[in-house]
Amino acid sequence: MADKKIELTRQDRLAVAWRHQFLQGSWNYERMQNGGWCYAMIPAIKRLYSSKEDQAAALKRHMEFYNTQPYVSAPVIGVALALEEERANGIAIDDVTIQGVKVGMMGPLAGVGDPVFWFTIRPILGALGATLALSGNIVGPLLFFVAWNAIRLAFLWYTQEFGYRVGTEITKDLSGGLLGKITSGASILGMFIIGALVNRWVSISFTPVVSTVAQQEGAYIDWEALPAGVEGIKSALEQFAALGPTGLNMDKVTTLQSNFDQLIPGLAALLLTLLCCRLLKKNVSPIAIILALFAVGVVARVIGLM
Amino acid sequence: MNPITIALIALVAFFAGMEGILDEWQFHQPLVACTLIGLVSGHLAEGIMLGGSLQLIALGWANIGAAVAPDAALASVASAIIMVLALSDSSVDVTNAINTSIALAVPLSVAGLFLTMIVRTLAIPVVHAMDAAADRADFAGVERWQVMAIAMQGVRIAIPAAALCFVPAEAVTSALNAMPAWLSGGMAVGGGMVAAVGYAMVINMMATPEVWPFFVLGFVLAALSQLTLIALGAIGVCLALIYLGLKEVAASGGGARTGSGDPLGDILDNY
Repeated sequence: MADKKIELTRQDRLAVAWRHQFLQGSWNYERMQNGGWCYAMIPAIKRLYSSKEDQAAALKRHMEFYNTQPYVSAPVIGVALALEEERANGIAIDDVTIQGVKVGMMGPLAGVGDPVFWFTIRPILGALGATLALSGNIVGPLLFFVAWNAIRLAFLWYTQEFGYRVGTEITKDLSGGLLGKITSGASILGMFIIGALVNRWVSISFTPVVSTVAQQEGAYIDWEALPAGVEGIKSALEQFAALGPTGLNMDKVTTLQSNFDQLIPGLAALLLTLLCCRLLKKNVSPIAIILALFAVGVVARVIGLM
Repeated sequence: MNPITIALIALVAFFAGMEGILDEWQFHQPLVACTLIGLVSGHLAEGIMLGGSLQLIALGWANIGAAVAPDAALASVASAIIMVLALSDSSVDVTNAINTSIALAVPLSVAGLFLTMIVRTLAIPVVHAMDAAADRADFAGVERWQVMAIAMQGVRIAIPAAALCFVPAEAVTSALNAMPAWLSGGMAVGGGMVAAVGYAMVINMMATPEVWPFFVLGFVLAALSQLTLIALGAIGVCLALIYLGLKEVAASGGGARTGSGDPLGDILDNY
């Protein structure tokens, strides 16, 4: 018996990992990710079972209901591979056990996968890439695409191998501290970067003029008195460098915005963001908020506020 | 647009549609989809800028459980095509074209949501066909239907995208040019504020009393315009590492070492 043990090769497991990327392809309202799961298991089923009946039974066994976050599904499929391998070698593992392990793992793992991938890593990488992209910099999209897929592919393969090695032990291991530490480190970094981005990239500018003061002589560039030609340009630039932007005109114009900026730049952006947080917590739809902001923008422009 | 461009756009749209359900390579995210549409249509820089703006809006959109988020795939592909159509006429201002495309993206994402719900319903008979193939131990049959289902999701975006390409560019540009200045100016103002919604979603997901101070630090430090984003990122990583390290020290040292390391405390405790 021992000399005939059927084993999944590394090649088989790689093939499963590749196909596992299409897990959600036939997502349906009836059994959700079942079709994609079965599709991913095919290379393993082909290796482990040779008779038609066994193959059909295995395929049907893996068409049962399944749904989780598509990346943390990798350790689950690793465990399923280990179970199927045992079963093919004659150990009594019934259909209920296999389905039970899948269902038992998918819930808690989705609880980990959704916040870590969709709400921490993707927003951070997305915000970083988007911020670079706003100025038309190709590094933005490239950074997002490469970094995301490197993380994703590494996670898919290594956690599947991990699941395969430890078999059913995996559920016990999840309570270990490492994952928690990664999550809290990521949210610290995330909050820090978001704080910075709110300041830099939410742009609100109040245009009303608060005061117009005539400046003293020497505090502005006297355009009439400049020498002619190239010398004049040079002199103007030198004066501008010394006087700063208020030196361009005789009158010093103070807008509402420049007053706000003396408190701290970006204060209005911060308040708007916190307001959005409140509204979202009260279950106001983000789409409604976005449409309202456009409406506010149009109104504010018409009355000359922004 | 020439036929090759249209074919390439349809291809990009197909990938975006596939990824809208698979959620793996992220071809449906605005940052990637708009950049690719920009690339194949010769407006790379504008595509990247549009992608960046839309990405900020879409930061918190995610498929969770059986719920479906607003569809980033149709939003990014269709608004990028509309922008490209508008740009084909040089009389249209670039920022104006980008801002209008952003405003259109939101209703498009809702339309895409309905399309994906239809496809997810159509996938029910597909998995029944897979059941039948499984009964016959027909591996190729299961595979064929799986590929079919994925292709359906791709076509969901590719068809509207290709159809949009045939809208005459004049129609789009004249609509844009007919737009009064207060409306386009107002949309630009709104566009500047909209990013706050995306950030707010992320904050709501991550915020705990423990991490709020880091948000404030980030906000305040960003006011120093000399600090680049990379510098801010480095500061953030260091803060996270230092904080987690100290927390671990506090956790391991707190309970065990009573009576050592703090002589004054010992005296006070024993007093």
